[in-house]
Amino acid sequence: MKLDRRSFLSFVIGGAAGTALTPLPWKLTDDLSIWTQMWPWTPVPPDGAYSYVSTTCTLCPGGCGIQVRLVDKRAVKIEGTPGHPVNDGGICPLGLSGLQLLYGPSRVDGPLKRTAGRGAGRWTPISWDDAIGEVAQKLAALRGDGRPQAVAAISGSGRGTFSALVERFMTVYGSPNLMRPASAADACEMALYRMHGQQAMAGYDLENADFVLSFGSGIIDGWGSPVRMIRARSLWKERKVPLVQVEPCLSNTAAAADRWLAVAPGTEAALALGLAHVILSEGLYDYNFTAFYSAGFEPWRQMVLDGFAPDQVAQITGIQKDVIVDLARQFAKARAGVALWGRGRGTTPGSIDEAMAVHSLNALVGAVNRQGGVWALPEIDYIQWPEAEMDATAANGLQTARLDGAGLEPHADARSLAHRFFTAVAEGKTDPVEALLVFEANPLYTQPDTATVKKALDKIPFIVSFSSLQDETSAYADLILPNHLYLERFEDVAGPAGLNQALIGLTQPVVAPQRRTRHAGDVILALSQGLGTPVADAFPWESFEACLEETLGDDWDALVANGYVARPVSLPHWSSAFGTASGKFEFAGTYRPAPLEGDKGAFPLVLVPYDSMRIAGGTAANTPFMTKTVGDEILKGNDMFVQVNPQTADSLGLREGLYAELSTPRGKARVRIHLTQEVRPGLVAMPRGLGHTAFDPYLAHKGVNVNALLGPVDDPASGLDAAWGIQAKLAKA
Amino acid sequence: MSIKDDKAHAVSDAAAGKKGGGTILLFFILGFAASMVLGWVVFPQLLYSTKSQPFDFNHALHNEEVGDCESCHFFRQDGTFSGVPSLAQCTDCHADVLGESQDEAVFVQQYVHPEREVPWRVYSRQPDCVFFSHAAHVIKAKMDCATCHGDIGTSTSLKPYQENRITGYSRDIWGQSIAGFKTHTYDRMKMDDCAQCHEQAVEAARQAEMMDPVTRHFRQEIAPMIYPLDRQAAVGSSVQTQRDACFVCHK
Repeated sequence: MKLDRRSFLSFVIGGAAGTALTPLPWKLTDDLSIWTQMWPWTPVPPDGAYSYVSTTCTLCPGGCGIQVRLVDKRAVKIEGTPGHPVNDGGICPLGLSGLQLLYGPSRVDGPLKRTAGRGAGRWTPISWDDAIGEVAQKLAALRGDGRPQAVAAISGSGRGTFSALVERFMTVYGSPNLMRPASAADACEMALYRMHGQQAMAGYDLENADFVLSFGSGIIDGWGSPVRMIRARSLWKERKVPLVQVEPCLSNTAAAADRWLAVAPGTEAALALGLAHVILSEGLYDYNFTAFYSAGFEPWRQMVLDGFAPDQVAQITGIQKDVIVDLARQFAKARAGVALWGRGRGTTPGSIDEAMAVHSLNALVGAVNRQGGVWALPEIDYIQWPEAEMDATAANGLQTARLDGAGLEPHADARSLAHRFFTAVAEGKTDPVEALLVFEANPLYTQPDTATVKKALDKIPFIVSFSSLQDETSAYADLILPNHLYLERFEDVAGPAGLNQALIGLTQPVVAPQRRTRHAGDVILALSQGLGTPVADAFPWESFEACLEETLGDDWDALVANGYVARPVSLPHWSSAFGTASGKFEFAGTYRPAPLEGDKGAFPLVLVPYDSMRIAGGTAANTPFMTKTVGDEILKGNDMFVQVNPQTADSLGLREGLYAELSTPRGKARVRIHLTQEVRPGLVAMPRGLGHTAFDPYLAHKGVNVNALLGPVDDPASGLDAAWGIQAKLAKA
Repeated sequence: MSIKDDKAHAVSDAAAGKKGGGTILLFFILGFAASMVLGWVVFPQLLYSTKSQPFDFNHALHNEEVGDCESCHFFRQDGTFSGVPSLAQCTDCHADVLGESQDEAVFVQQYVHPEREVPWRVYSRQPDCVFFSHAAHVIKAKMDCATCHGDIGTSTSLKPYQENRITGYSRDIWGQSIAGFKTHTYDRMKMDDCAQCHEQAVEAARQAEMMDPVTRHFRQEIAPMIYPLDRQAAVGSSVQTQRDACFVCHK
């Protein structure tokens, strides 16, 4: 018997016939199809019990209520809390994608100590005891030297118990140098302080307004509490409430407005006064309010009538006289007209004159503390701690002048001037700063003129960052003591931006800490213990959670269950609403344009930043999800586009998509050109929030940080940073 | 090569054919037999690898202690099914070693004390694309656990887990019989087994409907006149379940 060709074929045929009668081919087909539909390497989320935790988002000052969906102990989705007074179930792209921050690669794993030059990114993990010990030792040494004022701190959260704890720590320690990152809230507070005589925040009754005049406020670009503002805009559309947007570029808000006035940038205050001129000269103002409840009306009226006639204003602003007259009449005749200020998202303070000029318009039509108007809401006073005892070292330290000049002449009513602090330190004009503590802030990215901030940081020998994420400032610090992320910690949010309600939101842990982090409040308590009496005596609490629970008192249970409590707002009658010396509303505000930085000959164009809901521009940076929503005309690969009018581009020989070098007196950057009629000729518009150098590969090195090109400009009337742009030059690259 | 040579070859081949007819048949049978052995015996051995559970578990004993399946395999408040108990449930009773078995000691030492979830291998685990609601079957249709899961509740030890090397799922999904034969409803858990039961249910529902003359008249005569285009959709596109959308069962 020989295995020849025929036998072999026969064997194969027999085998094939036999195989067809076994389950092998059918079972293999089935298994392979299951395998290809469910690749074993495709992650399948584990199943478990579903639950929700109600908490408050702290990624922006908006204070939205969020519900985090959990499967067992894992957070899988963030949704808006239905029925919440701020956002009623809505959520913005940043809030929605917060889990990418929680589980993402830019978290700081645990306490880190720098091992190579600053910014080199070489760290060694250390224990929490060592980390706290090292900071406490440094602070104790400075205090022992009698120089507690050489410690400065920046605290980004602004209000609430944590912020009060930092303030108390700095006070008892003996340093006046506590700052917060600059924002439009600074100008808003100051304007209300000057005109109403009280420390208050503006709450806008937008849902009841019937005419909205916005001086550059990004209603749907992130101003105030973004979700609430987008809702309000829809409501106005439904009720046919006109929205008039005064803004040099066609922002999303301007595009969605009923009327867009493309004002010459920086002349908004002049337009407000021009409108006031028409209202005053035609007698359209609220006689009752101006006659009985206001002071300084006559001289202000005279100033407006003398200097801001519509034809004069038309020349300054580029808005036609007829348009000004017509708009003023509409605004004054509306039952509940309201004027808003704060450019874009409200990242920079801006000129105090402008804020006051716009608020004077509100006063003229009686919109102050009125339904559908602007309400001055005093801070909710639930933080009632006993006065802390201070020793002589602290008292002496506190008597030294603040390094940023806030609270001192000529800026006596400023509470914080962060940009002046960095400039002063960088220029070496101050007593040396020996240590800087950074809480929930990223000044090396968010402060205008990052080169100066870096120079200032270089002069500070000891920088401690408490950031949960690897941001620019923590990358440049000496020690990182990472805080829990907002989904892992307790915190309270008092009074969401622009809301006309006295609301306290509670942020509470949704998941257990994912990394070796510790609540910055607990670290402050530990530091105070490390410093001993009398600093330690001012902090009797066992933990930050205990401190918060005691501070919030009877509201605690409701806060834990619902995520917020609303206190009733009583609007005082005009006769008792104002805390000024006269007891009345003080009219103020004129037009004194702060000069733009830069020589117009060398830098013929003007760079203006703009805000978008798709790009987080503050301390919270973009999530990968958000960056994906940014269009190709803004960011393509790592290239960022600046928006230029075709007329401007023609004169420079630039075409769509070309690379160009954008330079300003503060820096230069390589950008690409996008031609659009949405920008006035002579302007270069650039998004705020790109060009990070830290964080993770999903964000770093995408585009250019506009703050590297901008510089602060001191507002002579307030000391705040009044810059809204900078002279710039574009050239082919 | 010449023509003569070709002829010579043809002749010798024909002779060989006569001679080798039996040989060829033999090879055919050999091939046939070998593939039968391969397909029916070797293939199932190769396809599945046998793995053991982290430790043994006595369902019968627990059933006696707690009374029913629902005490451990319960429905949550929101209607979802808890499935295999989590460690927290076990530690309600087993905070420390209760019995004397070796398995219990392993459980307490390796999982309870370090608070580690037990990595059970689940015999009934379906691919992620399958959407299955226990509530619809157990609460609404009042089906017994045993209809699909068999008599596992009375077992005194866990059987070895046979894992399909290709798909990673348990052999119990396809069934112990490699040919796919089954004698009990719980012998297999493939889509055909879902369909079999659903077809019966659909047929029963149709019969019941036919017996109600008003409904029958409306469905057959009036509805098509009012909604002439909706007829197809109303019937449902799934052969097995008469549902309208794939995603009812397929994620």
